[in-house]
Amino acid sequence: MTALRVALVGGLLSFRGLFSWLHPALFIPTLIVPPLFQVLFFAYLGRAAELESDTFYVVGNSIQLAALPGLFATSQAIAGERRAQTLAHLLASPASRLALFLGRSLPVMAIGVLVSLSSFAFGVLVLDVEIAAGALPLLVLTMATAAFSCAALGIAHAAIALRVRELAVFSNLVFAVLLVFCGVNVPLDDLPQWMSTIAQGLPVTHAVEAGRDVAAGAGLADVAALLGAELAIGAAYLLLGLALLRYYEFVARRRATLELV
Amino acid sequence: MTRPARLVWLGLLFHFKHLSRNAFAVTATTIWPLVYASLAYFMFQAGSEPEALLVASLGAAVMGIWSITTVEAADSIQRQRSLGVLELLVAAPTPFWTVLLPITIASSAIGIYSVVSTLLWGRLLFGIPLELEQPLLFALAIPPTIVSIGLLGFVMSSVIVRFRAGWAVGNMFEYPVWLVTGLLIPVALLPAWVEPISWVLAPTWGMRALSEAAFARGSPLEDIAMCLLLSAIYTLVGATLLGRFLESARRRATLSLT
Repeated sequence: MTALRVALVGGLLSFRGLFSWLHPALFIPTLIVPPLFQVLFFAYLGRAAELESDTFYVVGNSIQLAALPGLFATSQAIAGERRAQTLAHLLASPASRLALFLGRSLPVMAIGVLVSLSSFAFGVLVLDVEIAAGALPLLVLTMATAAFSCAALGIAHAAIALRVRELAVFSNLVFAVLLVFCGVNVPLDDLPQWMSTIAQGLPVTHAVEAGRDVAAGAGLADVAALLGAELAIGAAYLLLGLALLRYYEFVARRRATLELV
Repeated sequence: MTRPARLVWLGLLFHFKHLSRNAFAVTATTIWPLVYASLAYFMFQAGSEPEALLVASLGAAVMGIWSITTVEAADSIQRQRSLGVLELLVAAPTPFWTVLLPITIASSAIGIYSVVSTLLWGRLLFGIPLELEQPLLFALAIPPTIVSIGLLGFVMSSVIVRFRAGWAVGNMFEYPVWLVTGLLIPVALLPAWVEPISWVLAPTWGMRALSEAAFARGSPLEDIAMCLLLSAIYTLVGATLLGRFLESARRRATLSLT
């Protein structure tokens, strides 16, 4: 029960801290406006390149944008504790690490879906993309799957925040890798073979493929394997992330570098 | 006149060196444009306009200049605030615009790294030839492009002087300016009402100057002149707004609190 409370209440407070300590309105310029323009930018770039339809970019980018809170909010949850000088207290507490860090990723997943949905809705309205209303529930499920796998990747890369100070650089690089490798804006078949091979082990790739299938009229049975693969990849990153968190915490305690790095 | 000019020049050198040692700034300005350059290369290679690869290199480079300008210039005042020197700088007899202006120009000036990295990336990985039709005019077009984009950042940072989270506001303007200034996407593809907006944004003219010099599609001198004209306007507007907002912040005693 305590662990559940730590996960839910602690996670919610930590997430609110990302914005509320400063100003709740910060949510808009960080997580709402840039995603909308990312969708528009790539849709128009696609038109300029005469490569794919607007639907391809709206679906691909809106699903990939689940990585925005997944990577940045999760990693900043740890970096923010250090900035506020509460990281040592947090890790000195007897609270379950699983509850602490999973709790911090729960609101991130919810916001990931919200970011995906808002950018998708904006893209559909502005670019006049036609998608059957019946496909929406399955599309939301696909976005939720991507939000989970991205938050799991976020935990794995947030663990590095226990070792390095400039995590924003790394977060940007990981976000860029997802943008380039995962078939978001360029079909996997048009990427070099080694890139599309790496993409198979990254979050987003399978969710984007599933999302495009759903937009084209596929049902749950048709995309179940893709969603299952996305969930499995997310689970693998989650396990890796929890192991890394445990390891880096151990190293930081032994070297007394928790707040020095 | 020489004193403000000396301050701006020394400030520019100081902040350029400072930013060049900042891991985030250097990574953002060298690597992030490569992402967009690569995506553009793949998209144009896979699409029907392979000749557009050359333009994509330059467009991604200017995107890099604007990108680092939005982030660093927007956060410049907050950085002084968090370092605890904002009140001292504002209280000093030196006009504050001569302090802020070199910071924002230095932010865009490290965008030169993005020009180098993007052109080399295109050459080495995608085999795009670096054959500039008018190399001297190309070199001549770079400084006004960088300065005018930096001064656009100066206007932005003047407007958001009272926001503590200026970086977030700056971040918000990254994609919209990329989109409307024709860096990778021809403005003609966008709705007609966008074009007048692009005229008042320096990246539009900087990109035109660079591409006209690179491909000899016309004289870049008019575009360079537009960069200089916009630079003068941005300086005037930025200094006026900065004075107004600072006065307001001082009157309300919120300079270090907001």
